[in-house]
Amino acid sequence: MKTLAQILAFSLMVVGGYSWFSNSIPQLRAEPPSEESVSLEGMTMESFVALGQTIFEGKGTCPLCHNAVGHRAPLLVEAGSDGPPVAARAPSRLADGRYHGTASKPEEYLRESMVSPSAFVVEGFGKPGTGDSVSPMPDVSAGSIKLSPVEIDAVIAYMQSAAGVDITVPLPTEAVETAESAPADEGAVKDMGALAEKYECKLCHIVPGVDMAGEAPDMGPDLNGLKRYAKGAPDKLPLREYLRLSIVEPNRHVAQGFEPDTMPPDFADRMRVSELDLAVESLARAAEGGK
Amino acid sequence: MKPRNTLFTLARRVLAVSLVALIFAVNGGVAFAAEEAAVAPAGETAIAPVGQPAPVLTEESYPLLGGGSSRVKVWIVAQLHLFFAAFVLGVPIFVLVIEGIGMATGDKRYDAMAKEFIKISMVAFSFTATLGGILLFLLAMLYPDFTVYSLKIFRPILIAYALLFFGESLCLYIYYYGWEAMSSGFGKWVHLTVGLLLNAAGMTLMVLSNSWATFMMAPSGVTPDGAFLGDVWAVMHGPLWNPINLHRFIANIAYGGSIVGAYAAYKFLTAKAPEEKAHYDWMGYTANFIAVVGLLPLPFAGYWLTKELYAYSQQMGITLMGGIFAWLFIIQALLIGAIFLGANYYLWLGLVRVPGGEAYRKAIGWMATVLLVCFLVWFTPHTIIMTSSEIKALGGAHHPVLGALGVMSAKNTAVNIMILTTFLAFLLYQRAGKIPKVGWARGGNAALAALFAAGAANIVTLGIYGYYIPANIRIGLSVPQVFTTLFVIAAASLINGVMYRGASETGPTRWGDMPARSQYALFLLAVSFTWLMGLMGYVRSGIRQHWHVYTVFRDYSPDAFTPTLGYAANVVSVTVLIFMAMVIFIFWLDNFSRKKAAHK
Ligand code: HEC
Ligand code: HEC
Ligand code: HEM
Repeated sequence: MKTLAQILAFSLMVVGGYSWFSNSIPQLRAEPPSEESVSLEGMTMESFVALGQTIFEGKGTCPLCHNAVGHRAPLLVEAGSDGPPVAARAPSRLADGRYHGTASKPEEYLRESMVSPSAFVVEGFGKPGTGDSVSPMPDVSAGSIKLSPVEIDAVIAYMQSAAGVDITVPLPTEAVETAESAPADEGAVKDMGALAEKYECKLCHIVPGVDMAGEAPDMGPDLNGLKRYAKGAPDKLPLREYLRLSIVEPNRHVAQGFEPDTMPPDFADRMRVSELDLAVESLARAAEGGK
Repeated sequence: MKPRNTLFTLARRVLAVSLVALIFAVNGGVAFAAEEAAVAPAGETAIAPVGQPAPVLTEESYPLLGGGSSRVKVWIVAQLHLFFAAFVLGVPIFVLVIEGIGMATGDKRYDAMAKEFIKISMVAFSFTATLGGILLFLLAMLYPDFTVYSLKIFRPILIAYALLFFGESLCLYIYYYGWEAMSSGFGKWVHLTVGLLLNAAGMTLMVLSNSWATFMMAPSGVTPDGAFLGDVWAVMHGPLWNPINLHRFIANIAYGGSIVGAYAAYKFLTAKAPEEKAHYDWMGYTANFIAVVGLLPLPFAGYWLTKELYAYSQQMGITLMGGIFAWLFIIQALLIGAIFLGANYYLWLGLVRVPGGEAYRKAIGWMATVLLVCFLVWFTPHTIIMTSSEIKALGGAHHPVLGALGVMSAKNTAVNIMILTTFLAFLLYQRAGKIPKVGWARGGNAALAALFAAGAANIVTLGIYGYYIPANIRIGLSVPQVFTTLFVIAAASLINGVMYRGASETGPTRWGDMPARSQYALFLLAVSFTWLMGLMGYVRSGIRQHWHVYTVFRDYSPDAFTPTLGYAANVVSVTVLIFMAMVIFIFWLDNFSRKKAAHK
């Protein structure tokens, strides 16, 4: 028994030592890149360039390879052993005998470099064994980076601005955005009153912050009562999580004193994403004691 | 014949059998493909997909089960399953070899030891199966869309997997329970054949399940949005499959050895009778030997894996070695350093039990110094990793930067020297207590010394040269370094073997005559190996970052973030502790059943 205790103590010490060491080194937690599309409202060229820089350093992961430490890829936004910043050296790439892409303007070269990197491989940086004919750089419009065309334009604008050359990419227009996002959000209501009307929450619930026109329906619980969840909802869910689930899967947790299968189960299909967000946010605020 | 004399023979046979099994492992999947289908990496194909694209999910698509993070639940259970699986795969490999040696030498002790080893893995086998069941259940509960997606692709493999598992259980039961019944004459051959079948089934199981993990890391056989193209072989035969097959295969043997070593150490420490002590000392020595034989080629397999990883995606490679996971390799270095030092320490102490071993004890100080220096070189790579704020400043939170493989030159050098030093420790142990009869013994010793010196010099020179050439050429330098190491090992074994043939001995090995602290080196080995496996299992999955299947199936769950290394290490520690508790339970069961048997 004593031996066993000694062995255990020894093993615990070893395991604890490894854990301690691992906790003593720099700690970094990485959030997944956001998938939200950028809002183009009120975009100026300056903010477009700033957006480009954010994407360049974040979602685009460009400095992972393009940095001064690793010598894994040529520098892009600063001058160095690879020449002036890339937007300034682009014309010389197009004039290079090895160039076999389809770009004719520097801006097009930059875009091509990002989406089909092998069109021109900077000398010495190709995949090993391919004689600089295949680039190790991924297509940034696909794979794990997956930038949208607007995001790619923003990065180009940033590279051009960093090189001090004229910014030739056009500012994205509202038309581009609405064309992309309209179908998803067509006819979405913008306030809780309209929402409670449109989806008839008012028929069953007293909805906080909404004009009930003197009615006090009791088919479903009074949603003012959600206040009791502000500190922790059933199933230990965060409040917003719980509300979202209560709306899209009403039978998941049936409020006390009410019948299951009363609340329509198909809101998930009928409501727009933005509407669901609106309802959740509005109810959560009310529960937390806001307006 | 003395066990010590046969150990090098054993090493040769372990290697030979490993090679055969390996060839089998690498080709194992061929049975599933009528023709050699071309590897179709995601996106480079015109074939129309037969499957649906990977689904786009929301946080609500991930059901919750009780409190706590779903990822951690699956993580712990998967890792426990892997620990046991690795153990029950590794043990039968060397049990078969040891049984064969027992048969060839007629030494009954080998046979008894082989049976004792396999007995330990019996209970472990049912734990493996149970944990696998729990894992599948958890995946289906917590990650239903992902589970359905992968099952659709891997359906035919799963059927094979289930059948193989059944076959493996059958072989294992016959192998163990039929041990006595088939213990002589033709029966023994049948028994060996069952053992071979057991290993064949086990290896095939392993390579099949490896393909699930490698598909998630580097998908092939699907379109860029994850739709299955219809050819399972192309899915399995992804760019990382064979490197992982090899690395795991070797690691499993080493791992199995280390756990059995801990078992022997425990028995040694609790044994009262001298014969018992001698038996478990010998068992511990053999197990440690197996662990080290497995350990020596592991770094090479690791580097091959790294190389293929860079070739598959430079982005992934840099994220691993120079990005957010860079510090993880410092932890890895610490663990591997502990393993190498522990194994050597055990060997050095072992010189006590060999009469005449004292002569070599002077060398220990030097060897320890060399190991320590190598360890430090490896531990502190030349492009020292930055603090987290520097990382953030350079590359944003998810993809910080480092001069990645720039450090590899130094690291490779250190590893190769460490391997040579460990091999030297074995060589000395092998020579201890023996006096060569051949006339050229002096010349032979000089040749051996020159061989080691030249080998070390060559490795170090190549390492230094590495700093003067570009990174993408540098990686190629590891090849001549590895060949130098392998050459020295082969040539030295040969010279030494011939030189000591028919050597006279100064006295018998005093098995059982070992200080207690030597046994703690065996525990250190087992715990560190387990922890290392947990850590590397984490990085294998962590490298996918916010993807279920890298680049094709995004992780939309609340757990899609990459946790800090400290957090990951704590999960690994908890998992290792659970594993240890389960293993102690198995050992206890074993003792318990013996006591019962003794009573009767
Ligand atoms: C995995 C590493 C990697 C990542 C990530 C990466 N690149 Fe590259 N990139 C390279 C390499 C290597 C080259 C040089 C070979 C070539 O010309 O394709 C290169 C070349 C380029 C070039 C042409 C440079 C020249 O001198 O002509 C541009 C422009 C470029 N990258 C932009 C980007 C942008 C913008 C991003 C981020 C959205 C990015 N890269 C992300 C590795 C990478
Ligand atoms: C046909 C009647 C009906 C309609 C229409 C209806 N609900 Fe409900 N709702 C119920 C009932 C009954 C319950 C309690 C039973 C349950 O939890 O499923 C409930 C429960 C809830 C809850 C959970 C309350 C708690 O304390 O657990 C929320 C939140 C909610 N509804 C929001 C909404 C919203 C927002 C709408 C409009 C989009 C809506 N409901 C429309 C009948 C309705
Ligand atoms: C001295 C060198 C090394 C040793 C002793 C070693 C040891 C191990 C061990 C014991 C395992 C667990 C095996 C299993 O799960 O069956 C493992 C797994 C792994 N190793 Fe290594 N390794 C070494 C080098 C490397 C290197 C250089 C890499 C490259 C990045 C690497 C990458 C991995 C990965 C990704 C796994 C996870 C495999 C999996 O479980 O799916 N290893 N290693």
